[in-house]
Amino acid sequence: MPDRTKTYDVLVAGGGNAALCAAITARQAGASVLLVESAPKAFRGGNSRHTRNLRAMHDVPNEVLTDAYKEDEYWDDLLRVTGGQTDESLARMTIRASSGLFGWMRDAGVRFQPSLTGTLNLGRTNAFFLGGGKALVNAYYLTAEKLGVEILYDTEVVSMNMDDGSVRSIDITYKGFPETVHARCVVASSGGFQANLDWMREYWGDAVDNFVIRGTPYNKGRVLKNLLSQGVAAIGDPTQCHAVALDARAPKFDGGITTRLDSVPFSVVVNRNGDRFYDEGEDVWPKRYAIWGRLIAQQPGQIAYSICDSKAFPLFMPSVFPAIKANTLEELAVKMKLDPTKVRETIDGFNKAVKPGQVFDNLKLDGNATAGLTPNKTNWARAVDKPPFYGYPLRPGITFTYLSVKVNDKAQVLMDNGQPSGNLFASGEIMSGNILGKGYLAGFGMTIGTVFGRIAGQEAARRARN
Amino acid sequence: MQETDAVKNARREMEICNACRYCEGFCAVFPAVELRREFSAGDLSYLANLCHGCRGCYYACQYSPPHEWGINVPRTLAEVRAESYAEYAWPKPLATVFERNGTLVSLVAALGIAVVLILSMLLNSPGNFFGAHGTVPDSFYEVIPLWAMQIVGIATFGYSLVALWMGARNFWRDAGPRDKVGPTAMAIALWDVLTLKNLGGGGNGCNDNSEAFSMRRRYLHHAMFYGFMLCFAATTVGFIYHAFLGWPAPYPFISAPVLLGTVGGILLLVGTVGLFAMKFVDDPMPNVRRLLGGDIALLMLLAMIALTGLVLLAVRATGAMGLAMAIHLGFILAFFLVLPYSKMVHGVYRSAALLRRAVERKMKPLGGE
Ligand SMILES: Cc1cc2nc3c(=O)[nH]c(=O)nc-3n(C[C@H](O)[C@H](O)[C@H](O)COP(=O)(O)OP(=O)(O)OC[C@H]3O[C@@H](n4cnc5c(N)ncnc54)[C@H](O)[C@@H]3O)c2cc1C
Ligand code: SF4
Ligand code: SF4
Repeated sequence: MPDRTKTYDVLVAGGGNAALCAAITARQAGASVLLVESAPKAFRGGNSRHTRNLRAMHDVPNEVLTDAYKEDEYWDDLLRVTGGQTDESLARMTIRASSGLFGWMRDAGVRFQPSLTGTLNLGRTNAFFLGGGKALVNAYYLTAEKLGVEILYDTEVVSMNMDDGSVRSIDITYKGFPETVHARCVVASSGGFQANLDWMREYWGDAVDNFVIRGTPYNKGRVLKNLLSQGVAAIGDPTQCHAVALDARAPKFDGGITTRLDSVPFSVVVNRNGDRFYDEGEDVWPKRYAIWGRLIAQQPGQIAYSICDSKAFPLFMPSVFPAIKANTLEELAVKMKLDPTKVRETIDGFNKAVKPGQVFDNLKLDGNATAGLTPNKTNWARAVDKPPFYGYPLRPGITFTYLSVKVNDKAQVLMDNGQPSGNLFASGEIMSGNILGKGYLAGFGMTIGTVFGRIAGQEAARRARN
Repeated sequence: MQETDAVKNARREMEICNACRYCEGFCAVFPAVELRREFSAGDLSYLANLCHGCRGCYYACQYSPPHEWGINVPRTLAEVRAESYAEYAWPKPLATVFERNGTLVSLVAALGIAVVLILSMLLNSPGNFFGAHGTVPDSFYEVIPLWAMQIVGIATFGYSLVALWMGARNFWRDAGPRDKVGPTAMAIALWDVLTLKNLGGGGNGCNDNSEAFSMRRRYLHHAMFYGFMLCFAATTVGFIYHAFLGWPAPYPFISAPVLLGTVGGILLLVGTVGLFAMKFVDDPMPNVRRLLGGDIALLMLLAMIALTGLVLLAVRATGAMGLAMAIHLGFILAFFLVLPYSKMVHGVYRSAALLRRAVERKMKPLGGE
């Protein structure tokens, strides 16, 4: 049982990947460490428990990654998705550090899948955790316990009381009761604020009631807000979040990966009124899934419906919920509570507008398009005419928020005046806005958390023990 | 396979797994799931028998209880597996014996000993039964005649083999059509069976009672399996010595049958007792409690065969030989009788499932799963 009266060398707020990497590294460096996780043990691990891979630079193939993925290509990919909202020196440092993570992760118990079994064709850029993120989190907790990291579950950090740029004490609620604990250095690794619907409402209004939060309900941004209110510098657009298209039947929280839906490029997507509203075939799905959350969020009632026929149905991964199925479009519309005449009209119009043409190829941008529609579908356009028909309701699913605390390359948190905090560090989602100000690169969240977690752990331990 | 609640729940879980696929590196079940979008009851029975119950996917699952989806693949598949044993049992009316399997196996064991004891006492004068025969040739058969052993052994074991074969056939048909079984598939399946490759989450071991991996279960099962095989080999060699070379038992300690039997017996004892002990430390969550009785009864039966065999070896020159042998043979008789109606069938169905998987995965190289 952790001793809550003693002054620890390092206190880590959070219990996901970034927190665990910091805690383990600090402990390995000889520090006494207290890790404070707001979730109960059964739900520990934040959003990290829903992940499956991490993106790693490598110059030659290794056991888990094929071919090569070099610094410049990685950087170009990042530049493209962020549209420049990144910090080149922090980003390049992270990318370079990502190539040296495997050995440490393995020693800490993480296992990887051999490269040939990855399903998403990401075997070159992304290393897949055997059993996924929860297995990784489990391995880290085991290692942390073995090393003597002390862990408090069901305990929320409420406030890091700062004075003169340093944290002097930490207010927590331990199993519901308020307490104050002390540490020489503090690492903030408590994720974003996407599960705090009231905070989200400030930017999105009542639309948030129709949002699905893909990950943990415990990422309420309490630490983030608390720090920003005490003169810590912010970075990242507070109004923005990573939002994807999800099956509308997903649970409000913690539905994870299985509720995503890849049907859009091979479907016709209509809103509640039965109207199409965006080019479903603009680009390959991995490059488009993250704009669809926002698109749907802008539709009435924050809902949309993906409709396809039996030709298209086998072309995408199954969702966790069975497709709504019917032999006629009208029947399908009724089952989805849409106006059958209107849906028929939209699909008929779509079918007529399909330009006869190219060979259909679901694996590349095949150029099959419609003509004369607003908007047109520019790839994979085929008449929706072969029953049975299938439909899925879609909602915006929020992965994470971008608002972060500003850090430097030592993971030190920066104050509004540009000075680094004396003893406060940050890792993971809570600082990822420094590098990933916009967009997303699959597997980069775990990379940031691991790289910065290790730096934060190292630096915090060093400072605490000096 | 019938459409039961267990089957329905397995379908629900497999559909979630198929949308998730995070566990695909653990074992053969998940790659087999990924080949399908719909799951017939026969498919689910196949998947259930493909699962080795290593529990890796339970601890790794972000949807395991208390998550509202409550995914617990090892438990769910164990339930379907248990139902599949009853479903494929031959002859059909005996399917019910899988219900209270622990009781059944124990009762048959008791009965087996009683029958052999009573018969051998009736056939022998007390002096002969309790007399010391020394380790002279044919001493065993002075107590129980060879013909009696052979007739009973061949009849019961032969019947069991037929019943197992019929069960395997039912299973094979139920899982639906498949490609031709070629030698490569046979070789892959045999390798998977002999190494228990799938018992141990992608090579890291099983999760016995926590997130920590351990090779304990796999090694104990190996001890049990290979111990059993060595005992079987000892019997076969003995049979060959006697029938073809005219060397009757008992054999000196330094002889193939006795050495094989001794090493085999010790391994079997270690494996069964170890696996039994693990039942006390295993996490009950990914388990089905109701199936525990049958598991334990079979482990104990095998352990008793091993133990009494070793005791027989120790006392064979003394007056206790008759009693020891009668008890040993009683346990073996019980084993032969319950063979197709006990957890032993898992070996047959699982091997068949692995063979089907080897056929299904189109002979990809061994590294794949
Ligand atoms: C469904 C899904 C799939 C994803 N897949 C991938 C992927 O494959 N690869 C990838 O790189 N990224 C993926 N991501 C993004 C990834 O989850 C994040 O980038 C990463 O997990 C962030 O790690 P973290 O440790 O900073 O935050 P988290 O893992 O979310 O951890 C935050 C922790 O802080 C705790 N906490 C919050 N507030 C407090 C408080 N006040 N006091 C104490 N504790 C607190 C929480 O309980 C939690 O344990 C995915 C996200 C989702 C939702
Ligand atoms: S057991 Fe859980 S984590 Fe594993 S594949 Fe199934 S749903 Fe995914
Ligand atoms: S063998 Fe192990 S990992 Fe595979 S399904 Fe069974 S319990 Fe899960």
